Amino acid sequence: MFYRESGEYKTDYKRDMTVYALPISRFAVGLMVLLFFVAAPLLMSEYQLTLLSLVAIAVVGALGLNILVGYAGQLSIGHAAFMSVGAYTAANLVTKLDLPFLMTLPAGGIMAAAIGLIVGIPSLRIKGIYLAIATLAAQFIIEWIINHSPSISGGVQASIEIDRPTILGWKLDQAVELYLFLVTIAAIAIVCTQNLIRSRIGRAFIAIRDQDIAAEIIGISVFKYKLYAFGISSFYAGVTGVLYTYYLGIASYEQFTLVVSIDYLAMIIIGGLGSILGSILGAFFITLLPIGIRLFMENIGSLFLEPEALASIISQMRLIVFGSLIIIFLIMEPEGLNRLWINIRNYFRVWPFSY
Amino acid sequence: MGDLPFAIELAGQGVANGLMYSLVALGFVLIYKATDAINFAQGEFVMIAGIVIAALASDAYGFPLWLALFAGLVFMILFNIGLERVVLRPLIGRPIVSIIMATIGLAAILRGFGPMVFGSAPRGLALPIPDAPVIFGPFFFSPIQLVGAGVSILFLLGFGWFFLKTRKGVAMRAVADSHQVSSAMGINVEKYFALAWVMAGVVAMLGGVLWGSMSGVDTQLALVGLKVFPVVILGGLDSIIGVIVGGIIIGLVEALASGFIDPYVGGGTKDFAPYVLMIVMLMIRPYGLFGRKLIERI
Repeated sequence: MFYRESGEYKTDYKRDMTVYALPISRFAVGLMVLLFFVAAPLLMSEYQLTLLSLVAIAVVGALGLNILVGYAGQLSIGHAAFMSVGAYTAANLVTKLDLPFLMTLPAGGIMAAAIGLIVGIPSLRIKGIYLAIATLAAQFIIEWIINHSPSISGGVQASIEIDRPTILGWKLDQAVELYLFLVTIAAIAIVCTQNLIRSRIGRAFIAIRDQDIAAEIIGISVFKYKLYAFGISSFYAGVTGVLYTYYLGIASYEQFTLVVSIDYLAMIIIGGLGSILGSILGAFFITLLPIGIRLFMENIGSLFLEPEALASIISQMRLIVFGSLIIIFLIMEPEGLNRLWINIRNYFRVWPFSY
Repeated sequence: MGDLPFAIELAGQGVANGLMYSLVALGFVLIYKATDAINFAQGEFVMIAGIVIAALASDAYGFPLWLALFAGLVFMILFNIGLERVVLRPLIGRPIVSIIMATIGLAAILRGFGPMVFGSAPRGLALPIPDAPVIFGPFFFSPIQLVGAGVSILFLLGFGWFFLKTRKGVAMRAVADSHQVSSAMGINVEKYFALAWVMAGVVAMLGGVLWGSMSGVDTQLALVGLKVFPVVILGGLDSIIGVIVGGIIIGLVEALASGFIDPYVGGGTKDFAPYVLMIVMLMIRPYGLFGRKLIERI
């Protein structure tokens, strides 16, 4: 009803290769840019902007994990460890060499990618459950090494404090500035991922995920592309870690424990494996879920609960709701929020007719 | 170094602890063997069993110990049957990431549910076992360790016998091999799935009682589940004898590493060393010491 796709002809190769081929998708992208870059900073309070900043950081991490798990089909339970590698790389470069932000950001990503490549080497021989457990081991080993090397982790507390980022002399110390900056990075990550998936590399990932033996036979070097997947995904994770570090002003291994890895896996499962929109929706959902639960419990739960009991109940409720949502989505809608959105869109595409 | 007596004593402790890890890992192996599902919530099963039993036996509910143990057993059996029905059965045939994530979700639910219903304060779980250490030559153990090791060996041998010699055990191995073929041969596959989860529940309940009475019962008890992976990778994911050997090796490595390396690096080797050993094993023999070798080349 709202829009028909008919009448859109691709008459040359340039048209055929565009990312946003349909006018409606260009319109949607423009609307999103307007919403997040203009409307949100003008209309939202500082607290809401900090929440959106956290979502923007999570979007980068979720996209990276989705490249590895959703597109290349290699399971990783140790993604937070790569984030900690990026975080500590950046923190050390800032405190010891006093490098500017524009250099620490890629440096953190590259360092994480290097570690990710090493962790990815076993994926040549093992897959499925074995790879999952190997990445779990990587999580513990990286965490332990960072925690036990004072030269990396900066002493007893294993945390390094750093200043807010400065870009070309412009210091981002307002919530709005930081938000705009983080959203820009998230937007860059989204566009990069879209183009990566359309490219030769992205199609090779999908081929390996769907049938690795067939992929090898049609001439895709499975080992090479599995390593690419680990490297690219870890680069995103490293960047996420750097962003967290600048956002919180401190690099601490406690922000990158196994629980965080599981949170990110939950994002891409609930959002939708192998989908970019899914990663974004999942990042929104999982980041805002604890806040939603807290608001709900403070307003509804305080009617029949003591204030002291409320605090512990909230953290337990969070675990229960989180776990239940993962299981419900896995059983009822394995393709996640992305599929729900597609269903809604397809319904309205032909509305009011049934087909 | 002249530390031989110290090393021997550590080794004794390590073996005793290792056998108790075997008991927890046994639950994982039973489920994997029969249903091909990977259970990341084994530690949380142990935790919830410990919490339920300790809460029932505490003054708040005032059950006698035997009744609390029995109630814990019944709870775990019913819980696991329900779990298999509601969560795991719809996921049969799905990619491995789905099953792993479902059990991770389950672990989160249990970690929230246990403290919410029974309170989050740590509890003791006193078994009628004396406290005085038992001395065997150079080794000395606390009696609960001996009981734990004894129960573990008993159950490991029992399940080994069950899988090799009984009709049900053979049927379960057939189910693990191929759901379709065993179904065609007249084996009720769904019944054996439920049976595997029940057995895993019973083992988790024992683990909860033993670990709980050794280290107290709270959500920290779930951390014992993290030792399951090194044990099963070392021994082989589907091997009962592998669980025993893997458990003993991991217990030994853990005790010796924490005794000899900890003073130099400032602690934490206990949780780290088993995973290093596991990575090495994954590189050399991913299917473990006794696991079934699946050959697939690409």
